[in-house]
Amino acid sequence: MDLHIDQLACRRAGRQIFHGLEFALGAGQAAAVRGPNGAGKSTLLRVIAGLLPAAGGDVRLGEMSLGADRSLFQEHLAYAGHLDAVKTALTVRDNLAIWAAINGGDTARAGAALARFGLARIAARLVAECAAGQRRRLGLARLLVAEKPLWLLDEPTVSLDGDARALVAAVVREHLAAGGLALIATHEDLGLGPLPVLEIDPASAGTAIAGAADPFLEGTW
Amino acid sequence: MGALGALIRRDLALALRLGGGGGIAVAFFVLTIVLVPLGIGRDAAVLARVAGGMLWIAALLAALLSLDRLFQADYEDGTLDQLMLAPVALEQVVLAKALAHWLTTGLPMTVIAPGLGSMLGLPVAVLPILALAMVAGTPALSLIGAIGAAVTVGVRRGGLMLSILVLPLYIPTLIFGARAVGNALVDLSPWPAMGLLGAVTLFAAALAPFAAAAALRINTR
Repeated sequence: MDLHIDQLACRRAGRQIFHGLEFALGAGQAAAVRGPNGAGKSTLLRVIAGLLPAAGGDVRLGEMSLGADRSLFQEHLAYAGHLDAVKTALTVRDNLAIWAAINGGDTARAGAALARFGLARIAARLVAECAAGQRRRLGLARLLVAEKPLWLLDEPTVSLDGDARALVAAVVREHLAAGGLALIATHEDLGLGPLPVLEIDPASAGTAIAGAADPFLEGTW
Repeated sequence: MGALGALIRRDLALALRLGGGGGIAVAFFVLTIVLVPLGIGRDAAVLARVAGGMLWIAALLAALLSLDRLFQADYEDGTLDQLMLAPVALEQVVLAKALAHWLTTGLPMTVIAPGLGSMLGLPVAVLPILALAMVAGTPALSLIGAIGAAVTVGVRRGGLMLSILVLPLYIPTLIFGARAVGNALVDLSPWPAMGLLGAVTLFAAALAPFAAAAALRINTR
């Protein structure tokens, strides 16, 4: 399954974030999304995840197209954003079991994901009592509760220590070895070796579009 | 069904935790009704006449109290993003969350209402009508409230705006709910009002999932 980014453009509040973005990634490959702060790395990942509308272009994963059938496309990706999406009032185990159930997976998978991310020991603990790095690992463990070919990771190693970082790299390597793909926005070296780089050109970031129509009136808000 | 069951169980677990909102709404309902005789006086005939209306007004306000966190909490911690990517329709997510909200606010209020009604001097013969009206009417509070909560998600201090948006939409439920009890009190048939009360709930059940899901999609872009 290949990923093709085709003339992708994104516009937010009358500002061009990026446009004409072209990129291709084969099965079993990962790419690093690079660019200075504010260039639109997170925005790009959210557009590919279908959480933000694209102003133009398309993303294709194998036969599936984001523009043509967003929900089918979304069923084949996993997104780990800045927010861990964990509930502090629930235990570590319950947090993951819910996502396993919502994604149609079984609870055995959730248990395996906990063990893989070294959370089995604190599975019965409330997330409110967990450290930031442990919450991060719990958020990332969601990647494993269902089989998704495309992983979109936004700064996955924030607040992780060296061991946990190596663990994330190992999990990503396993995912790639199984034919998966990953787009990773990061400033750090993940230890995945030299990756193809998807550079977001800061020159096109933050430029106001001359005579741009109001996105509200365009109906693309 | 497994996915929706997991969502409902998660919302119930969160609502029943301290500060989850479910218990607080019910306590607010009880306290408001306890205040009524203190404000209006001990005249049993007067209290019985205003009981239906007071119970319904207190129920509307109590339902509102916990609504502002319905989607806001999930929006803030990133859960909403993950729900949008999950292989579950957002409309179903809305319905599951509204149902969980009703189970933690509307249902306990329905159970308590006859006791509070008799405290306000409603005759025993009217209490079953009151309970039935609560069963028929309170789901509309959670469903219509879900629309308001979805519209105000991501708005700072959205709870205040939510009240202003949603309270006018509660008017039909209030009128028919209070009328059903009031009619029974003066030996008129409560059934026309009861039928309309149920109709409002059914209409809300048909409309709310789509309206709230559309509002969530717009607000998360």
